[in-house]
Amino acid sequence: MKKEILSSTILTALCIIFFSGLYPLILTGIAELAPGKGEGILQVVQGKKYYVNIAQKFTDDKYFWPRPSVVDYNAAGSAGSNKGPSNTDYLALVQLRIDTFSARNPDIAKQDIPSELVTSSGSGLDPDISPQAALAQASRVAKSRNISIEEVKDLIKQQTEKPLLGLLGPEKINVLKLNIELDNLN
Amino acid sequence: MMNTELLSVVVMFVGTLLLAVPLGKYIAKVYAGEKLLGDKVFNPIEKLFFKISRIDATKEMTWKQHLKTLLTINLIWFLWAMFCLTNQGWLPLNPDNIASQSPDLAFNTAISFLVNCNLQHYSGETGASYFTQIYALMFLQFVSAGSGMAAAAVVFNALKERTTDKLGNFYNYFLKSCTRILLPLCLLMATIQIFEGSPMTYKGMDTITTIQGDKQHVSRGPVAGFVAIKHLGTNGGGFYGANSAHPLENPSYLTNMVQMIAQVLIPFAMVFAMGYYLRRKKLAWMIWGVMTVGFLALVIPTINAEIAGNPLIAKMGITQSHGSMEGKETRFGAMASAYWSIATTVISTGSVNSMHDSAMPLSSMNMMLGMMINSFYGGVGVGFLNFYIYLILAVFIGGLMVGRTPEFLGKKVEAKEMKIAMIVALLHPFLILVGTAIASHLAAHNTVMGWWWMGAGGRPMRASMWLNNSGYHGFSEMLYEYTSSSANNGSGFEGLGDNNPFWNITTGIVLILSRFLPIIGPVAIAGLLASKKHIPESAGTLKPDTATFGLLILAVKVIIAALAFFPAMALGPIAEWLSMK
Repeated sequence: MKKEILSSTILTALCIIFFSGLYPLILTGIAELAPGKGEGILQVVQGKKYYVNIAQKFTDDKYFWPRPSVVDYNAAGSAGSNKGPSNTDYLALVQLRIDTFSARNPDIAKQDIPSELVTSSGSGLDPDISPQAALAQASRVAKSRNISIEEVKDLIKQQTEKPLLGLLGPEKINVLKLNIELDNLN
Repeated sequence: MMNTELLSVVVMFVGTLLLAVPLGKYIAKVYAGEKLLGDKVFNPIEKLFFKISRIDATKEMTWKQHLKTLLTINLIWFLWAMFCLTNQGWLPLNPDNIASQSPDLAFNTAISFLVNCNLQHYSGETGASYFTQIYALMFLQFVSAGSGMAAAAVVFNALKERTTDKLGNFYNYFLKSCTRILLPLCLLMATIQIFEGSPMTYKGMDTITTIQGDKQHVSRGPVAGFVAIKHLGTNGGGFYGANSAHPLENPSYLTNMVQMIAQVLIPFAMVFAMGYYLRRKKLAWMIWGVMTVGFLALVIPTINAEIAGNPLIAKMGITQSHGSMEGKETRFGAMASAYWSIATTVISTGSVNSMHDSAMPLSSMNMMLGMMINSFYGGVGVGFLNFYIYLILAVFIGGLMVGRTPEFLGKKVEAKEMKIAMIVALLHPFLILVGTAIASHLAAHNTVMGWWWMGAGGRPMRASMWLNNSGYHGFSEMLYEYTSSSANNGSGFEGLGDNNPFWNITTGIVLILSRFLPIIGPVAIAGLLASKKHIPESAGTLKPDTATFGLLILAVKVIIAALAFFPAMALGPIAEWLSMK
């Protein structure tokens, strides 16, 4: 038994060096070759650095809004609401979001509000919305920027990311990239 | 739109199968000790490891010696993890100044990573330093998967048609599972993660100013390497709190597919490995077929429920053309999220790319059923062991039906083996139902928890306050937590307030029992059978590799699960479903 404990302890130590020391070391080496050098995908605009994959908070009428976030877009944490589908407080919150969205986007009929704009995402940091969710905001954005709605719709079309290989998964739009392009229009 | 989502689900399933068959062949070679591709690199390393550790890896062990070795080395891993977790505050690699975990939380965390569960009553961003993540948790993700696979290898060895008590060397099976199977796949997968945008850095949290001028913090870390073994080892513990829903842990549709395939790959491959190892390919396909029928029976209704959306939101006049999106991410969509939620619960990964607490009632019922049966594929190694228990039960019932002494692969199954199989089969519902009964009793009576749950400033908390949702759904939150613990799954209805001594300690105990007894049981049965006299096949032998026998196994599983769990299901998800009609 004593010998077994000793052998197991030494083997454990060697495995720690191998799997927790060497394996990540190789990967940090590989990361040097990747875009962003292992710090995530970054976009620099006028000297300011943004994380493309992390939703930013947008509340202004002139910007497209991302999905509601439980963590207020603070990526020091991440969480969903974990509200059950029949929870009455939760359903009241969804109703409130629908009413708020309708009030600030008066041109949009209720049935045209995509559900992802009134439900919170799993991480609270979802960087994307669907093309429909962008189109639902087009009129508001165009009005507040004094540009034509066609111009905004063209931009949405141009920023729509196709499914993987054109075949797999949903279409989506990165809200941050869309807003950066929007600022470039003016 | 939905068509591209459906196609991707089909591609994920078929792709996994196409990769798993050759991988199974390779795994069989690893355990049979045949020549392998990476011998030049890994042989010297493994030899060196064994030499320094004074281990004779050629010395064959009996089943009892295997179990003794497995339990000894697990105890050492547990102590190491406890040390890291309770001391991470002053240990190196802690740029975000994360405090040490409290003893009860550290106990729960160490146990749950040791047993391949990864229940995670903390959030990665605030509860674990980089040192802990890499040197304790990721280390355990490798070795817990490796020891589960080693236990399965012992059972494979014992199923060979011969009479012996020598069943290979545990250290050899364990180390090779890690170096030859897990590590190469992890390097490949982590590289894909890095290039798709997962961080792999030891720099701490970043702070930026957003376009609108707000301050935004962004947690970083050595994420990519962690995510790879998290899935390939069916561990499921996330680097971040939101697990694979987090856009840095699972940045794109490609990484989502890779992670999905990775977590199901080895559970598939282990079945085929058994087929190649024993030269019984037909038996392997029969087992895989039974598992797949069960998987599809759970996944199809779940996809249907999620793409239909929430009926109560539909009543508000909203068209849910993208399905139910609460707790889901746009880049994955409702269908791939639904598929994932069942895949991660039938195998014992427990990683999530959507929040299960917000799933539709029938979806959450199917997730729990996946964990209750726990062997429609099952975790790496242990999934096969769980299936083996049902197989022995089916052999026994089949034997009684034809009126002969039950036999499996030429070995008589007798009273002793049956007793072990029954204990293991009944342990699972026992732990889940007793745990849920105690927690529900406390919540229903709104008991003051005293030491078992103190709020900030020593304020005593009441039991019902751990629920994030009331009524039927609240009951489901507690049922899910014990189901996930007992299945060593690790996913959760994360609304549950579970970081307190009551949940940390009770689920910790469930985790230990539900990991080690279901390993000890099958290894013991296989070891006992291996030492028995081999009886050649005759006309009266029950053939295990037929569809009839497959149906019998499926029936045994359904009957055990239905009888044990239906009443609890009726109180939770079924009642919620009816209330939403």
